[in-house]
Amino acid sequence: MYAQMVKSEATQDDPEKLAAFQARIDAGEKIEPKEWMPEGYRKTLIRQIGQHAHSEIVGQLPEGNWITRAPSLERKAILLAKVQDEAGHGLYLYCAAETLGVSRDELTEALLAGKMKYSSIFNYPTLTWADIGAVGWLVDGAAIMNQVPLQRTSFGPYSRAMIRICKEESFHQRQGFDIMRKMATGTKAQRHMAQDALNRFWYPSLMMFGPSDADSVHSAQSIRWKIKMNTNDELRQKFVDQTVPQAEYLGLTVPDPDLRWNADKGGYDFSEPDWDEFFEVLKGNGPCNTERLAARQKAWDDGAWVRDGLMAHAAKQHSAPVAAE
Amino acid sequence: MSAEWPLWEIFIRGQHGLNHRHVGSLHAPDAELAMRHARDVYTRRNEGVSIWVVPSAAISASSPSDKGPMFEPSQDKVYRHPSFFDIPDEIGHM
Ligand SMILES: [Fe+2]
Ligand SMILES: [Fe+2]
Repeated sequence: MYAQMVKSEATQDDPEKLAAFQARIDAGEKIEPKEWMPEGYRKTLIRQIGQHAHSEIVGQLPEGNWITRAPSLERKAILLAKVQDEAGHGLYLYCAAETLGVSRDELTEALLAGKMKYSSIFNYPTLTWADIGAVGWLVDGAAIMNQVPLQRTSFGPYSRAMIRICKEESFHQRQGFDIMRKMATGTKAQRHMAQDALNRFWYPSLMMFGPSDADSVHSAQSIRWKIKMNTNDELRQKFVDQTVPQAEYLGLTVPDPDLRWNADKGGYDFSEPDWDEFFEVLKGNGPCNTERLAARQKAWDDGAWVRDGLMAHAAKQHSAPVAAE
Repeated sequence: MSAEWPLWEIFIRGQHGLNHRHVGSLHAPDAELAMRHARDVYTRRNEGVSIWVVPSAAISASSPSDKGPMFEPSQDKVYRHPSFFDIPDEIGHM
């Protein structure tokens, strides 16, 4: 997901306080920033929301790659609006994380230092215009699977950020599906590009949910705290069940020879992605890891004089009337 | 690294006649840029007709631990609600 393999932090708090806190969560109450919370809850959330925010921001890069080369002015305007939304998603989430006592600059610096991660999916390249369709359809589609239940998360600012984000996501998925539909019903070369994009993005999309966490103590703790709402397998299954009929509609083939409908479970049986590849990508060895971080580092460095200059200007404006007296 | 841009709280009036509502926060060096950023971050889909930006540091908030003393006194004053009083049916709407 946009936050993958987030380890829950150990908590050494007063058991009585912990029990009262858990009771509030079980009763469906929202936890607000100034209220008491276990240290582990706070730290896990900073890591999870921070990683989610970084994913929104880094996620602009593979799509931004095609803004100047979109096939029409309309497609260009749509893609620009979509990428701008992702910047907004990053900002909502950084602000939610900041209510937990970390600053946005600290989070950015942790990302650049390699101490924080972003979703594995954004380390894959967007080679053709059909990839932009596949990203909207599959990647935003997978993100929605996770974000919709997170609207009910126990931490108030995170929940409110998710509600805003979900309102904007369905545009993202639809514009991607629309691109795929045009390509899939186009010339032979376009159909080929659409199929090729699905072939390359299918398994990386399945990886977004992370490896099975049915037996993970970290996930169990996060689920108890309602900062994770479903297991990774549940969400992956839902995603496959939703997406396969859409691929069929497009006349495209999901690149999985073992994919079949299982009437007993009321869902598809499907192949697992290559988890070794996933762990390599997380370690920094994916096709675009170096490029993505370099782009973030460059934006951060090149923007420094603007950030500083505007602060200096604001300070000068602020002190001007006093100096004149 | 120099000082981080301060945080601003953003309030938006969704439609004419409604109150401004808190929608979130953002970083900006000054009020003018906070306003511009708020326009881009929080009203990309016609969400508002008016924006307020307030430095977060200027907000005083009640503390969660004061919840009892602050709000409980109003709980036993049920007579403040019109449903406390019985009005005979013959009287009709009041
Ligand atoms: Fe997003
Ligand atoms: Fe999106």
